[in-house]
Amino acid sequence: MSSDSEIKIKAGIRPGAQAGLKTRTIKVDYLARVEGEGSLYVRTKGQEIEEVQFKIFEPPRYFEALLRGRDLTEACDITSRICGICPIAYQMSAVQAMESALGIELTKEISELRRLIFCGEWIESHTLHVYMLHAPDFLGFEDAIKMAKKYPKVVSQGLQLKKIGNDLMKLVGGREIHPINVKVGGFYKLPDPSQLRKMLDPLKQARDIAEETVRFVSKLEFPDFERDYEFVSLFHSEEYPINRGRIISNRGLDIEVPSYLDHFQELHVARSNALHSVLKERGEYLVGPLARYFHNEGRLPERVRECAREINFKVKDCRNPFKSIIVRSLEILFACEESLRIIEGYVAKGPAFVNYEVKEGIGHGCTEAPRGILYHRYEIGCDGKIKEAKIIPPTSQNQKTIESDLFEVVRKYFSSPESELRHRCEQTVRNYDPCISCATHFLKIEREDVNS
Amino acid sequence: MRKKSSKAGNKRAKIKPKLAVWKFASCDGCQLSLLDCEDELLGIAEIIEIANFAEASRHVLPGPYDLSLVEGSITTSHDADRIKDVRNQSRHLVTIGACATSGGVQALRNYAREEDYRKYVYARPDYIEALATSTPISNHVKVDFELQGCPINKTQLLEVISAFLHGRKPNISSYSECIDCKLDGNVCVMVAHGTPCLGPITHAGCGSICPRYNRGCYGCYGPQDSPNPRALGDWMVAMTKASPDFVNRSLQTYYTGNKIFHEASELFQKDAQKVDALGESQSLPSPEPNRKDT
Ligand code: SF4
Ligand code: SF4
Ligand code: SF4
Repeated sequence: MSSDSEIKIKAGIRPGAQAGLKTRTIKVDYLARVEGEGSLYVRTKGQEIEEVQFKIFEPPRYFEALLRGRDLTEACDITSRICGICPIAYQMSAVQAMESALGIELTKEISELRRLIFCGEWIESHTLHVYMLHAPDFLGFEDAIKMAKKYPKVVSQGLQLKKIGNDLMKLVGGREIHPINVKVGGFYKLPDPSQLRKMLDPLKQARDIAEETVRFVSKLEFPDFERDYEFVSLFHSEEYPINRGRIISNRGLDIEVPSYLDHFQELHVARSNALHSVLKERGEYLVGPLARYFHNEGRLPERVRECAREINFKVKDCRNPFKSIIVRSLEILFACEESLRIIEGYVAKGPAFVNYEVKEGIGHGCTEAPRGILYHRYEIGCDGKIKEAKIIPPTSQNQKTIESDLFEVVRKYFSSPESELRHRCEQTVRNYDPCISCATHFLKIEREDVNS
Repeated sequence: MRKKSSKAGNKRAKIKPKLAVWKFASCDGCQLSLLDCEDELLGIAEIIEIANFAEASRHVLPGPYDLSLVEGSITTSHDADRIKDVRNQSRHLVTIGACATSGGVQALRNYAREEDYRKYVYARPDYIEALATSTPISNHVKVDFELQGCPINKTQLLEVISAFLHGRKPNISSYSECIDCKLDGNVCVMVAHGTPCLGPITHAGCGSICPRYNRGCYGCYGPQDSPNPRALGDWMVAMTKASPDFVNRSLQTYYTGNKIFHEASELFQKDAQKVDALGESQSLPSPEPNRKDT
């Protein structure tokens, strides 16, 4: 197998000491209901966990390399092809980085529209995950289609919700996968206000469905499982963060986007303790809906907070990764509310984009993709060509945390029957809605901690 | 006897055709198009057995499959073997998207040194195993139909699925984007605004969205049936003042793996180098349309 990207943790191996104990192996060769290709391998001996591997065998596509020499205007369309599930996040981080390099100030109208199209992506992508990829885990179905036999109304409502997210992206962006309307400085064309207003009714319906979704998922059965994560997300004093803000954590990180690389590091050394992206100061961390909610619950619209109170969901519940499905549902509700707010206040006040002059520079962009922060950095030459590109997607940042979760899950459910334990492990990975296609640079890394 | 066979016939009629969806090097966008058929999805599942579709289900039925949809390009030796296996298990094999039909944007590495790319992206390039090229599925196995687009259009996807399951030819027009654009009554961005547009050489299917959004087509549906990229590129340089470098890059992105696009792009690359050599103060004389050089 070509495993260009494989992460392997070996821990707690005590050669000889465990002789005679039974070895147990859990293997999932092709992890289903995640975006991209990955597998899972857990081996235990006696009571010890010998090995946990969350393997990624997505073939490399070399985006950062192929971006060099391209024009700064092209990064937005090209990087969207990294991932068809969250193309807006790629487009937004890319244009934001270019705009920061060129010193472009967007108009308020353009910023609001950017937020609107991003809301469309949150609705679409979160709904896909909640209904089609994750809920079947909790309810014991192999997929949403089988789930639809028992829960026809739930599934068809989910599909309707997803469609409304897609329609919003299509209206602002031209199409739902790899939209064509986003450009450096703004948009090619402003949407027609009357067309946008046609989305009001569907979005109100979506809001109702989202509320029902929150109630529905809150009744699922959650394992009693908590971990003390370092939550990392954007933070903005006035709004629930989507495409601007500082990067903060609950352990003291508080930085502007351009200093991302001073604090985060990708370690590529075999047999080191470090996996993909770590905080230089402390190591593993978690990005995504749980982290966003943990830091920004206070800036959610009242309706969303009310809904959270109704199901008795507390900020501290973010420590249970299985409850990410609740937070995703709350974020769908937020995105519906926010879209309604933006559309109601929308006037097609030009310009569609801000003009700029090409100049040399370095730019950074960081936005909240549905799965967590997505960082881009570009160096631009005086001819407007990209000299250097760096892209750090959310799934790379969560990898180390996913493996630590697996470790703890195996420990906790050690005595469960084989199939249940396997299923739990798969579910643990799916909590993160990992987007393996986003792997701009996954690596095969080995870690060996031999207790002596 | 008769009774028995008719019973068997009934039973056969109930067996649903089996659909499989496979992924190679790609962004998942084309297979997502199937999950984006929100209105049709449950209906499709009524008449087709979704037998192997990792992104959507844990449920896997063994082959053979009546129809395999293949997304993504071949970039590793492992995948080069795997696609043969997929072909062996599939009665019909249809490739979906630019990656699968022409190598995708990742085929840009075919014209660079894969090793350089690998070194740039990975601090430990020795961990990475990949082929020097990203190639379309048809370079490796027989393909029954190729659906173009980056991403594909979901209505066209449904048409292809339905055609194969009914044993007919898919009704997908292979004329240019320009035709649809004119049928849609768009103002031509090239003629009216001097915006370069690849519409005349691009395969129809997206619904001419870019011109509708004041943007020139950038070719994400790949070449139409008989494109003439050189002639269009020359016109773009002459009429819209596009730089040869721009034309080169436009042809060398999502469908760079296509021979006609790539050969034409190289011609403009040469012109771009000439412009560079002349310096920024001078521009190249307008090329004559229908040039003869290769
Ligand atoms: S053709 Fe485009 S949309 Fe389809 S998988 Fe490839 S990159 Fe994604
Ligand atoms: S805008 Fe482009 S696709 Fe449309 S008519 Fe003009 S050249 Fe053709
Ligand atoms: S680039 Fe061309 S083919 Fe692609 S969406 Fe735009 S108009 Fe359609």
